[in-house]
Amino acid sequence: MSSNTVLETVGLSVRYGETRVIDDVSLRIPENRVVAFIGPSGCGKSTLLRCFNRLNDFVPAARITGQVLFRGRDLYGAEVDPADVRRSIGMVFQKPNPFPKSIFENIAFGLRINGFQDDIGDRVEASLRAASLWDEVSHRLDADALGLSAGQQQRLCIARALAVEPEVLLMDEPASALDPIATGRIEDLIGDLRGDYTIVVVTHNMQQAARISDDTAFLYMGELLEYKETQRLFTNPEDERTEAYITGRLG
Amino acid sequence: MNPGAAPPRGGRFEPRVAARRRAGVRFKWLCRFAVAFAVASLLVLLVHILATGLPTLSPDFLVTFPSRFPDRAGIRSAILGSLWLLTLVAAMSFPLGVGAAVYLEEYAPRNRLTNLLQTNIANLAGVPSIVYGLLGLAVFVRFLSLERSLLAGAATLSLLVLPLVIIAAREAIRAVPDSLREAAYALGATRWQAIRHHVLPAALPGILSGTILALSRAGGETAPLLIIGALTFIAFDPVSVMDPFTVLPIQIFNWTADPREEFHALAAGAIVVLLGVLLLMNAAAILIRNRYER
Repeated sequence: MSSNTVLETVGLSVRYGETRVIDDVSLRIPENRVVAFIGPSGCGKSTLLRCFNRLNDFVPAARITGQVLFRGRDLYGAEVDPADVRRSIGMVFQKPNPFPKSIFENIAFGLRINGFQDDIGDRVEASLRAASLWDEVSHRLDADALGLSAGQQQRLCIARALAVEPEVLLMDEPASALDPIATGRIEDLIGDLRGDYTIVVVTHNMQQAARISDDTAFLYMGELLEYKETQRLFTNPEDERTEAYITGRLG
Repeated sequence: MNPGAAPPRGGRFEPRVAARRRAGVRFKWLCRFAVAFAVASLLVLLVHILATGLPTLSPDFLVTFPSRFPDRAGIRSAILGSLWLLTLVAAMSFPLGVGAAVYLEEYAPRNRLTNLLQTNIANLAGVPSIVYGLLGLAVFVRFLSLERSLLAGAATLSLLVLPLVIIAAREAIRAVPDSLREAAYALGATRWQAIRHHVLPAALPGILSGTILALSRAGGETAPLLIIGALTFIAFDPVSVMDPFTVLPIQIFNWTADPREEFHALAAGAIVVLLGVLLLMNAAAILIRNRYER
């Protein structure tokens, strides 16, 4: 992990009211790697992910202490506009959430609101190709996005995120609502994007983490217990709780 | 199952299935009776109104002014007054109501003050309409010197239906799933962009049908307009918002209060027209809802 750090947390804690969901987490996410967050339900992995694009801002009870740095800049600094941050740090959600509009409009929206100056049609095509969805939808860009299958919807959401040229892609269990074939396509797609984007994937599927990620972080009850190269974490876990989790005895 | 724990056995049951079923049947009939009662009384009312009112309905009745002679009296000014009034009420209550709802749902911090506001708006929806009439008389007619104008009437009725519009709009906005907002935010949308492009369009059918229902409420109101001094006899077309006016419910009230039998028939005719208008508005609300509902 010697390359440039894109995202970094320093002593990050998140509290919802009285409950501490993230407890003093410090980690670095290097450029153009795929990092998986694993851990049992409620361990805080989604909350941690949402700190990276400030989506927790909309949870009134959430209190964040510590720092989140994006290329060395404090994401929660007074001069930072969260809307601006979110264009550079895109997100794909657990349940596919296309807008109830046409396939074309789903991608055009992000371009328009961010003042995209070039040809929107070209960019829509390029984004759909990058998300390996173009061949399936090129003849019906005007069709309602909600008419797509769940897997296609999720790839549309990825295309939508890619269109505005993010550096980072946050993915919150992107395949957990999908069948195995659609899951496979999402995993293939992550493989295609690897190297061009810094990707952080939350997953509760350890085989998936092992298949798609370069590095894996194991979170347990809000704490970061172990974070290293995926292969080493799965073959040689140091913490006994990590071992218990990856062997299925904890969770 | 826990090893060693014996499964429960040997308890005594009295299922009395037949008695339970009979109780169910009794309850079903009770509910049927309740529905039948409501429908029957409505039908009696409708049949009575239609029987007395329909014979008086004619194109002339709709386009002539009221008169002291029953055979020459019409509801032209009442229809025009109602149309003017409802248009003005819509123009006032829709933007204010939706604006308030957007603020309460999307911008307001979740704290005690917001809760207090929300509770009080719900309470306002239950305040008797005559109280709004008194408020309108004091504020619009006297203090703002709007006199007995359409504007004063519309402002009063807007106050009356504003809580209804706010409540309907809030519910519609709250029904928009957060995943939609998050999708927009995650692409770099500002709060306003998310509201403008995704929340409001998704909530619009609910907002519109709620607004139309609120307007039909306004269209049927008499008491607050009588209080602020809407006239009962108008023999000219209103041409500006500062003109005095009458509306269908007031015309009906006026004719029903007349001792002459012929005027009662005219009142029934006007009721048929008012019912028709309100039914049309309700139908429009349902149509809008069904059209956009996924």
